Amino acid sequence: MGYVSVQGGATAIENSRRLNRWQRLRGPSMPLSVQQIQDQLGPLVDRVMSEGALYSPFHAALALKQASGDPIEASFLLRAYRSTLHRMTDSLPIRTDRMRILRRISSAFKTIPGGQVLGSTSDYEQRILDFSLAEEPEAAREEAARDLASAGGEAAATMRPERFRKVVDLLREQGLVAPASAAPSAPGAAGREPTDITQHSAELPLDRSGRLQMLARAETGGVLALAYSSMRGYGSVHPTIAELRVGYVQVRIPHPFRPGQSVCVGALKVTEVEIVASVQRSEPEGKPTFTLGYGACFGHNEVKAISMAVLDRAMKSTTPGAPAEDQEFVLLHTDGIESSGFCSHFKLPHYVTFQADLDRLREMRGGEE
Amino acid sequence: MTPVEAGIAAGPAAPAGTERRMTLADALPKRGGFQYNFAFLAEGAKREVRRTLLKAVAIPGHQVPFASPELPIARGWGTGGLQVTMSLIGPHDVLKIIDQGCDGSVNAVNLRKLLVATTGVRTTFDSREATLLQSRHRLPEIPMSTGQIAVLQVPLPEPLRLVEPSEVETRRMHAEGDYARMWVSLYEDVVQNGSVSLSWGYPCRVNEHYIMSPSPIPRWDLPRLHMARHLTLLGAGREKRVYAVPPFTSVKPLEFDDVPFTVENFAGMACVRCGSTDTFLDEIYDENTGRSFRACSDTGYCDLVKAAQAGAAAVMDREAAGE
Repeated sequence: MGYVSVQGGATAIENSRRLNRWQRLRGPSMPLSVQQIQDQLGPLVDRVMSEGALYSPFHAALALKQASGDPIEASFLLRAYRSTLHRMTDSLPIRTDRMRILRRISSAFKTIPGGQVLGSTSDYEQRILDFSLAEEPEAAREEAARDLASAGGEAAATMRPERFRKVVDLLREQGLVAPASAAPSAPGAAGREPTDITQHSAELPLDRSGRLQMLARAETGGVLALAYSSMRGYGSVHPTIAELRVGYVQVRIPHPFRPGQSVCVGALKVTEVEIVASVQRSEPEGKPTFTLGYGACFGHNEVKAISMAVLDRAMKSTTPGAPAEDQEFVLLHTDGIESSGFCSHFKLPHYVTFQADLDRLREMRGGEE
Repeated sequence: MTPVEAGIAAGPAAPAGTERRMTLADALPKRGGFQYNFAFLAEGAKREVRRTLLKAVAIPGHQVPFASPELPIARGWGTGGLQVTMSLIGPHDVLKIIDQGCDGSVNAVNLRKLLVATTGVRTTFDSREATLLQSRHRLPEIPMSTGQIAVLQVPLPEPLRLVEPSEVETRRMHAEGDYARMWVSLYEDVVQNGSVSLSWGYPCRVNEHYIMSPSPIPRWDLPRLHMARHLTLLGAGREKRVYAVPPFTSVKPLEFDDVPFTVENFAGMACVRCGSTDTFLDEIYDENTGRSFRACSDTGYCDLVKAAQAGAAAVMDREAAGE
């Protein structure tokens, strides 16, 4: 057996796994329950579902427990688990205008049809560390429920109409934004099928459906950094958030026995953002219109959805100048699973390649040993 | 036990109509009726990889895109090679996995563990016995023969990335055989350094057509790909590309008539363990004295040489004893 300095590799790996488990459990507190992670670390669970490309709060919370809270590691676990699942069917396009709204805001207009719904956000909270949370009694849950009920919060939620018109549709009706491009049609129906990056290697340049899929699975920090570069100076996207929605959407599939009918198989919590950006003329003689950027991801993750929308718009640039406008640069470098995997692989032994490097260097220095 | 291990403990599902060796996993209770497929990947996913491989074999050196689903091994840690192996392996295969030439290297141990747990196949350290040999950064010292398949793990499949960062552009360059910038970069290297300074993953021309990255094998191993008897399959998981060198295909390093390609120079050195002077030698430093010495990178080969020496010594001992 081998005698290189990683000898005993099998034993070392096994012991490292033991140590890893002990590090997670060594504190004197109770082991974390998956249910607690699911209930109380919502944004983290949502982020892992989005980057892991699998909508399942239970599996995401379990992955977070196993990864001791590391979001990239947890989304990697989820992505790998996803590979083992059977793909049963394609869903019909999701109607986000029928979203059950938890939150809906527009930065473009003060009032919008259906009204702005602030919902749950920390946007307007003062970021002061709350020491009362250090000793939170079990009764806190009851107290918070009473507090919310006294403000009538839940009652208002049930009074909202089923369907809101989208802010972008208002602008579109007036011809102020370019008409929607030929939308990918339902699976099986005539027309353009959306690209599916999970079934085929993404061949560049990617169409918009492929670009948005890659962004939807991208790492939050990665898309934020590149979108920020565009917002700050390396690019010319000056976004206005026409609409940001958070809520539940229905996933429907074609009815297996009744042609032409569909059946709802579940609901997803999603964040959807539409931004309106700089003016452009579609044709030399045509009237100028606003351009649009679109972002949507699993769960409640507003920074990611806004960054997606900015990058979607930036990548539409006909003359890419800034990094965020180059789709190869953006799409091939923002997947957290791929980038973190490759970054970590440098920890693997590189004895042979380094030996080859040494040989070259010594020869170039004149053949010294 | 991790979820992956739990799934693995539930045991692999044997493909219909085949026999499989019993593994420890078979003796463990099944969890919730959930079983990972034979060789982990779903049959449909394996079929897709095999279809892509057929195309790769048909167009030597051409990088063929494939879906490359995530595996329970990190991207950049051999997922491309692993998918090729998983899609080809059958219950009667004999598997050898090496990393840096060594069977005992941590990542080789880890990949072997996953494959054995999900297939139950027999493994070997002797490269001559293997039907499937997955490797990172090395080919075995003993040339592989007809019927054997070498699967190489590839971090960066694009040889032209050296001169061009854009994937769209490098695909165009391959399609048009536009390799001028590659040649110019090698020429500039020679002008500045006196020789080509590329040490591993040396670009080569396959079947007189495409320029290919042979994966980060040292120069030493490159001649062993030329007109080889075995099939070489190269898998890049993160970059989602596979490519191939079929048996008896020419693989020539890019070189100039007056600046020929050379391999690593180990003149005057020998393996401290088996004494070989004709192998790729790693430089190793003594943990206590800091003194450097050399040892075979291919540990399986080193073991064979040692065993042969021990055998010969035993014969000589017996002869000396008058048996």
